[in-house]
Amino acid sequence: MKVDSSEAVYAGMKDAGIDFAVSVPCVNLRTVLEMVDADPAIMHVPVTREEEGFGVAAGAHMAGKTTAILMQNSGLGNSVNVLASLYSLYHIPITMIVSHRGTEGEFMEAQVPMGRATGDILRILEIPFRTPRSPAEARESIGELTDISLRTSKAVAVLLDVSYW
Amino acid sequence: MMLERIEAIERITGVLEDELVICNLGFPSRELYSIRDSPRHFYMLGSMGMASSIGLGLALSQERRVVVLDGDGSILMNLGGLVTAAAQSPGNLIIVLLDNRCYATTGSQCTYADVIDLGAVAESMGFNVIRFADDLNFEQALAMDGPVFAHVPVKPGNADVPVIDLDAEEIIERFIKEVRGATED
Repeated sequence: MKVDSSEAVYAGMKDAGIDFAVSVPCVNLRTVLEMVDADPAIMHVPVTREEEGFGVAAGAHMAGKTTAILMQNSGLGNSVNVLASLYSLYHIPITMIVSHRGTEGEFMEAQVPMGRATGDILRILEIPFRTPRSPAEARESIGELTDISLRTSKAVAVLLDVSYW
Repeated sequence: MMLERIEAIERITGVLEDELVICNLGFPSRELYSIRDSPRHFYMLGSMGMASSIGLGLALSQERRVVVLDGDGSILMNLGGLVTAAAQSPGNLIIVLLDNRCYATTGSQCTYADVIDLGAVAESMGFNVIRFADDLNFEQALAMDGPVFAHVPVKPGNADVPVIDLDAEEIIERFIKEVRGATED
């Protein structure tokens, strides 16, 4: 894992004004999580399951926070209902920063089925997403997608493939 | 005599002043709406189990006290959320469990709250637990240090109340205005 790939994600979050983050860890997000945790300007709430994290972030949004969730794509499957019947229904924004396992270079076979399903699940939920290929693109994508999220009151996602790191 | 749920909601919200209320989906929200409506209420229409988590995020992000009106079925659907709330431990959070030991909105199928004591579960997590019986004097819960878990046994069943005639956007927009209006001074 290159440090600049993690730094770019963190810098993108800072550019975007994210001040509240919930997380379920992924090994590829390890360094980003350390950076977020060390930043007193971002309230970081580790959660037990991604669905719950979306609930916590929704409450923070109501109080005016700019929110993000740091998660692995496996957690998208745990969160389909909350994305539809809370986020889509009430028009709640959030920036999903997703370690996309099961993509090219994945060493664990078990990650592959959910890795393949991830893009289609996001499409069917009408969640705009991008797959940046470089740290510079990742930083820019997080900023731009967060703007779209806040302007349209929708969830958005940045997918960070295995090869990104 | 054990209270009907609508009576319990009446007594609890009757002693609230400035508190923000996150109300569980289905009949609990309909019952609250029919008793008294307020911009301080957030009525859930979907995403069962999320009330306590929304309440946690709200409590961590501003200073006003947050009262979550939750049910046993919903608490059980997101028991991990209760762990996070206990670990984060915001002093301005009160989770009220309206425990009828069943999924009343869907036809009163039993939950495991029938055999598992959720008050004891919350206590083991570190909540300050208060157990009410028929004499539901909610001011006692308001006087406690948070995070509070108030266990309120109620009878199974729903009151005959109409659906909420607000749409989701109206519910959240006026709630956000209420919350941010007070915090962004």
